[in-house]
Amino acid sequence: MQESKLVTDVVFLRARADHDRREGIIRAVLLLFSIVSVFTTLGIIAVLLQETILFFQEVSIVEFFTDTVWTPLFASKKFGVLPLVNGTLLVAAGAMLIALPLGLLAAIYLSEYASDRARKILKPMLEILAGVPTVVYGYFALTFITPLLQKIWSETQAFNALSASIVMGFMILPLVASLSEDAMSAVPQSLRQAAYALGATRLEVTLRTVLPAALSGISAAFILAVSRAIGETMIVAIAAGQQPKLTLNPLQSIETMTAYIVQVSLGDTPQQSIAYKTIFAVGMLLFTMTLTMNLISNWLTRRYREVYE
Amino acid sequence: MLEQHEIALSVKNLNVYYGGFHALDNISLEIPARQITAIIGPSGCGKSTFLRCFNRMNDLVPTARVEGTALFYGQNIYDPKINPVEVRRHIGMVFQKPNPFPKSIYENVAYGARINGYKGDMDELVERSLRAAALWDEVKDNLKKSALALSGGQQQRLCIARAIAVEPQVILMDEPASALDPIATLKIEELMQELKKFYTIVIVTHNMQQAARVSDYTAMMMLSKEGSRAGTVIEFGPTSQIFTKPKDKRTEDYVTGRFG
Ligand SMILES: Nc1ncnc2c1ncn2[C@@H]1O[C@H](COP(=O)(O)OP(=O)(O)O)[C@@H](O)[C@H]1O
Ligand SMILES: [Mg+2]
Repeated sequence: MQESKLVTDVVFLRARADHDRREGIIRAVLLLFSIVSVFTTLGIIAVLLQETILFFQEVSIVEFFTDTVWTPLFASKKFGVLPLVNGTLLVAAGAMLIALPLGLLAAIYLSEYASDRARKILKPMLEILAGVPTVVYGYFALTFITPLLQKIWSETQAFNALSASIVMGFMILPLVASLSEDAMSAVPQSLRQAAYALGATRLEVTLRTVLPAALSGISAAFILAVSRAIGETMIVAIAAGQQPKLTLNPLQSIETMTAYIVQVSLGDTPQQSIAYKTIFAVGMLLFTMTLTMNLISNWLTRRYREVYE
Repeated sequence: MLEQHEIALSVKNLNVYYGGFHALDNISLEIPARQITAIIGPSGCGKSTFLRCFNRMNDLVPTARVEGTALFYGQNIYDPKINPVEVRRHIGMVFQKPNPFPKSIYENVAYGARINGYKGDMDELVERSLRAAALWDEVKDNLKKSALALSGGQQQRLCIARAIAVEPQVILMDEPASALDPIATLKIEELMQELKKFYTIVIVTHNMQQAARVSDYTAMMMLSKEGSRAGTVIEFGPTSQIFTKPKDKRTEDYVTGRFG
């Protein structure tokens, strides 16, 4: 009796040791992967930083940020990044005019008005929309939206900021809707009940209670959306053109920072030339802009979690 | 039994269903004005469901269905012509867990008045409501501070002030002290004695001492029959009678602690 109990104990102990060892291995492998991804990111940043520093040893940083002409690929080289920044912001602003209001309305509908059934059908559909490859959006802009715009405004150029803005807006809309809906759904039911019990209508509950309470989460979604718009590459490379231009006219061909990087990377610019090195400086600027926005977004998201947990 | 009091609320043959589940079974009851009526009974017997019938909060539960009549000073709350939002402006509610808005103390109290388009002096209304909820002296220097910074007991009194600011005739309270410590609980109970001069109060409580201490009338709820899960009011009367000489054996068992 005593004997057999001892044996089972030992068996259990051995099983436990096996189990621990396996857990240990899994842990080590996962840790390795995390380290690899962290170091890859750090490596990219290091290369970017190094090349950027080399670039600014040849080009004045003041010229880079103040000159209004960007012609590194021409014989008379000018290194004013503002036209690229202008192109990026012009397309992004147009996209936001579509994505933010429509995304927020979609989120309000999903979170406050839709029945459980409608929500269960619509939310996955939004997420599928978010999974469409951006190259598809790009060609849609070029072959469908632009001809449409040309019918309305005949001066619309074959490549233009507006068509890219429009499809980018619809591409980012699901992100805004989904993240804003998350923020609104995180508002405790007890606050809605409190508002209803005071005689609020559904609209008042939404506008005066849920939206303010979800504000930081919604702002986080908005900023992330801007960051996505600024970093978006395929749509603008295909549909917005390759003409760095300081303009606010969305019907004209422009060039964004991302589209410029694609242009140089795919072109035949010699790798050692200063023209080639511009993509690192532009890339660094782009990275800094999106990183800043992602950090702000992250910070805002954490803040609204703190309020309710 | 209630002849000496005006009737504020009365329900007749009230039945509530959640989908196919029969939650309240044929309740008929009259609630006197400017008195405190307690609803007691074991948990899950439908006390909260019953309370929510009075301000149509059950409308917010998509599966809930209410049958029968509920009258507020003779007017049917469930008349299709009546807007539930209007009902809630006359019949306020305080919840089990304090649920202030993540706004300032001032804005919490002003919320209901603002959405109702209150034309009077807002500062005066806020002060009056906070005084009525016995909270003014504690917060008068910090009206701009977040309501979430208050203690649980203060938050609950703020929720009472917020309900009062809409100037309702009835205040429904669903276990308003169950999340509070004894001292905060005592404050709420004292406050209720003040409030009943102006308001009809219906309070759900699982704490029988509390019901005995604060209420004038008591409704005893139970599952209606063996094997059923539908709750009903098995006995209703002056609190002293319910606690000292109940007519129903089940009430006696419950209030003496032999049950539930
Ligand atoms: N929203 C709801 N949907 C479905 N069933 C519910 C809902 N709310 C309460 N119930 C059910 O109704 C019964 C009564 O609940 P409730 O009124 O909360 O009782 P009490 O307040 O006395 O504890 C319980 O069986 C509960 O599970
Ligand atoms: Mg309850």
